[in-house]
Amino acid sequence: MKKRDVSTATDSKYRPARPFNREEFDRIRRILGGKVLFVQGDSAVSYGALLAGCRFFAGYPITPATETGEVLSQLLPRVGGVCIQMEDEIASVGAIIGASRAGTKAMTATSGPGFSLMQENIGYAAMTETPCVIVDVQRSGPSTGQPTEGAQGDIMQAKWGSHGDYELIALSPSTVQECLDLTIDAFNLSEKYSIPVILLTDGIIGHMREKVVLPEFDDVEIVWRKEPTRPKDEFQPFTDDGSQIPEVAIFGEGYHTYITGLTHSESGYPATDSQPDHHRLVKRLCDKIRNNRDKIIRVQRDYSDGGAGATGIVSYGVTSRSVNSAVKTLRQEGLKVDHLRIITNWPFPEKEVDELAGRVDRIIVPELNLGQVYHCVKEAAAGKAEIVPLWKTGGEMHVPRGIVELVKGRG
Amino acid sequence: MSEPRHRLMDFVREEIMPHRFCSGCGCGTVLNAFTNAVEGIGLDSAKMVCVSGIGCSSWIPSPYFKSDTLHTTHGRPIAFATGVKVMRPDLTVVVIAGDGDVAGIGGNHLIHAARRNIDLSVFMVNNMIYGMTGGQVAPTTPAGVKTTTTPHRNVEPAFKVADLVVAAGASYVARWTTYHVFPLLESMQNAMSRKGFSFIEIMSQCPENYGRRIGLRTGIDFLRQFKEKAIRVDKARGMTEEELEDRIVIGKLCDVERPEYVTELQKVTAEQVDLLRAEKEKVD
Ligand SMILES: Cc1ncc(C[n+]2csc(CCOP(=O)(O)OP(=O)(O)O)c2C)c(N)n1
Ligand code: SF4
Ligand SMILES: [Mg+2]
Repeated sequence: MKKRDVSTATDSKYRPARPFNREEFDRIRRILGGKVLFVQGDSAVSYGALLAGCRFFAGYPITPATETGEVLSQLLPRVGGVCIQMEDEIASVGAIIGASRAGTKAMTATSGPGFSLMQENIGYAAMTETPCVIVDVQRSGPSTGQPTEGAQGDIMQAKWGSHGDYELIALSPSTVQECLDLTIDAFNLSEKYSIPVILLTDGIIGHMREKVVLPEFDDVEIVWRKEPTRPKDEFQPFTDDGSQIPEVAIFGEGYHTYITGLTHSESGYPATDSQPDHHRLVKRLCDKIRNNRDKIIRVQRDYSDGGAGATGIVSYGVTSRSVNSAVKTLRQEGLKVDHLRIITNWPFPEKEVDELAGRVDRIIVPELNLGQVYHCVKEAAAGKAEIVPLWKTGGEMHVPRGIVELVKGRG
Repeated sequence: MSEPRHRLMDFVREEIMPHRFCSGCGCGTVLNAFTNAVEGIGLDSAKMVCVSGIGCSSWIPSPYFKSDTLHTTHGRPIAFATGVKVMRPDLTVVVIAGDGDVAGIGGNHLIHAARRNIDLSVFMVNNMIYGMTGGQVAPTTPAGVKTTTTPHRNVEPAFKVADLVVAAGASYVARWTTYHVFPLLESMQNAMSRKGFSFIEIMSQCPENYGRRIGLRTGIDFLRQFKEKAIRVDKARGMTEEELEDRIVIGKLCDVERPEYVTELQKVTAEQVDLLRAEKEKVD
C-alpha cells in the first residue's frame, strides 16, 4: 500500500492553511475540473476559497447563499479540509474564528437574515484581529424580505453592523469571475491585515452562470498571516511592531495566547478600566486599515477624455453591469460619461470619488437599495458635484435604459 | 531565599493574579479543582485550549488559566470551541462558563454539541444566577426566588441542565457541587481524558449577588447547604419527583461510548481523499 501522502485533519501536525506550493494549487485546479468553467457565482466563491487555501467552512443554509456551502461540503473533504453545518449563523462565525485561531483559513457564507445574526461575532473578529472571510449574498430586506431576489441593501451593515469603532474590508464583485478572484483577494486581505473581510455578492450574481477562468499559480499571490518572530516567553499577541498589524500565534504551539473581545493591552489581557489602552487599541484597529487604504482600495475607472459636460456614474457589484451597458449606449450617442466602478466598498474610496467629482458636474449613483453608497459619494464629493441617486428595490436589476435616460436628463 | 513556589503556579497566569472573584465565590474553588485535575492527569497546558464566554465563571480559565485561551462572546464558547477542535483534534479543548452563558443565551449550542458528541469538555458553573450583571434571574434560578428582575418572585422552574445534556446525546455527564471538591476534580479528569462530549454541571455559589438575597451570606453557608441537599444519583433513582424537589442529585449521570463527531468527520475526509487518489490512478 502506498504511504498516505496527502495530509488531512487526521494528522495532528498538519497545518492546513499554510501557504501552499504550486503542486497543491494545481491539485486543486484539477479537482475543480479544468481551466475554463461555466458556473454560478456561489460556486465560484467556493472555488476561490479553495484556491486561496481555505480549509474550513461552517455555515447555515439560506437562500441565495446555500450553494457555496453545498459545493464546499462536496469538495473540502477531498482536499483534506472540513465543512460543517452549524446550528445557526452565530455559531458559524464562532466556529470559523475558532478554526482560524487554530491555524486554518476559514470562511462562512450567508444572506441578510444570517448576516444580521453574525454581527456580534464579526465585531469580535475585528476586536481580536482574527483573519476570516464572511460572504454575504445580499437579498432584499429588511427581515425575511425577498429570499430569492438580489439586492444591495447590506452595504452599510457590512461596515457598521457591529457596535463600536472598527474598520473592516468589504469587496463587491460584479461578475462570476470576480466572485472567484475577489474571494482569493478577501482571504489575502484578511490574512495580511488580520481582519474579517466581507465579500458582498448578491442573489443575482450568486445564482448567475458565467464563464470562469481558473487562475494559474503564477498569476495569484497567496498570503499567510504574519507569525510570531519573537521567542515564546517574550511574545505578546498585540504588540505593534510599527506596522500596526499584530503577529498571530496559532493555538497549540506553546504561546499560551490570550484572546478576548474585551478591551485589552498589548499582552492581550483585559484592560477594561483604561482609557489610554482602549483608545490605543481601537485607534490602531482603525488606523491599520485607514493608513493602508491606498494599498487596499481597488476601483476601475472608465473615463472619457475629460472636459466640460461629462456625467459621472459611481457603481458597484451587479449594478456595474447595467452601467457598463448604459455607458456604451451613451458614448455611441456622443455623450461624455465617466464611470467609476467601486470594487472595494469598505474602506470607502473617498479620494477616488473626490477626484471624479472634480471632473464632472454631476454624479449618478445607481444602486439596488434606497440610498446607501449615495451618502458616501455625497460626503466624498463634498459639494463639488451634484449627486443624483438612482434607486431600485424589489429584486430586479437596473435596466441600462433607465440610466441612459437619467444621464440624458429625461430620467 | 526566594519564596517557595506553589506547584500549580505553572498553570495560572501569575502576572495577572490576584484574581478578582468576590470572597467566598465558588469560582476560586472551581479554578483550584481544574488546575489540580490538569496537573493530576499530566496534561500539557501548551496543548490545551480553554474557551469561555462572558460572566464571572468565564473568568476561571480566562484569563486565569495559562493555556491558549479564547474568551468569546456571551453564550458562544461552545461554537468557537467547535471550530478549534475540528481543525486541531490533537488539542484538549475545554469550555468553562456560567449557567446563564451555557444554558441560557447559549443553550442551543450546548444541545447541538452534545448531540454531535464532539470531543469537548464543558464545565458549566451553575451559581443559579446572572452573577456578573448583578443578580438577575437565570434559567437555573429556583422558582419562588426574588432576584433583581423577579423582585416579587420567580415563577419559572429551574432548568435541570445536566439532564438535558444526557438526553441530547453526550458521552459523559455528571453533576457535582463546590462542596464535593475531590469527586469534582476526579470527574474533571474523567471528562478531559475520555473522548466525546463531556459535561459537568458544577453547582456553585455567588454569595455576592445571589446569596445575599436568599439569606446565604457567605460561601460557607452555601457549602453547608450543598452538603445537606446533595444526594447520590444511585440513591435518587428510587425516589419520587416530590422527594427530590429540593435536592441536588450528584454523581455521574451518564457514561456511554458513542461515535465522536471529529473522528467521524475525519473518516469522511480520509474516504474522499482515497477516492480521489483512486480516480487519479485510474486516469494515470
Ligand atoms: C449578548 C450579551 N448579552 C448580555 C450580556 C451581559 N452579560 C454579561 S455576563 C451576563 C450573565 C452571566 O451569567 P452567567 O453566565 O451565569 O455567569 P456568572 O456571572 O453568573 O458566573 C450577562 C447577561 C453580554 N455580555 N452579551
Ligand atoms: S458576583 Fe458572584 S459569581 Fe461573580 S465573583 Fe462575585 S460572588 Fe462570584
Ligand atoms: Mg451564573
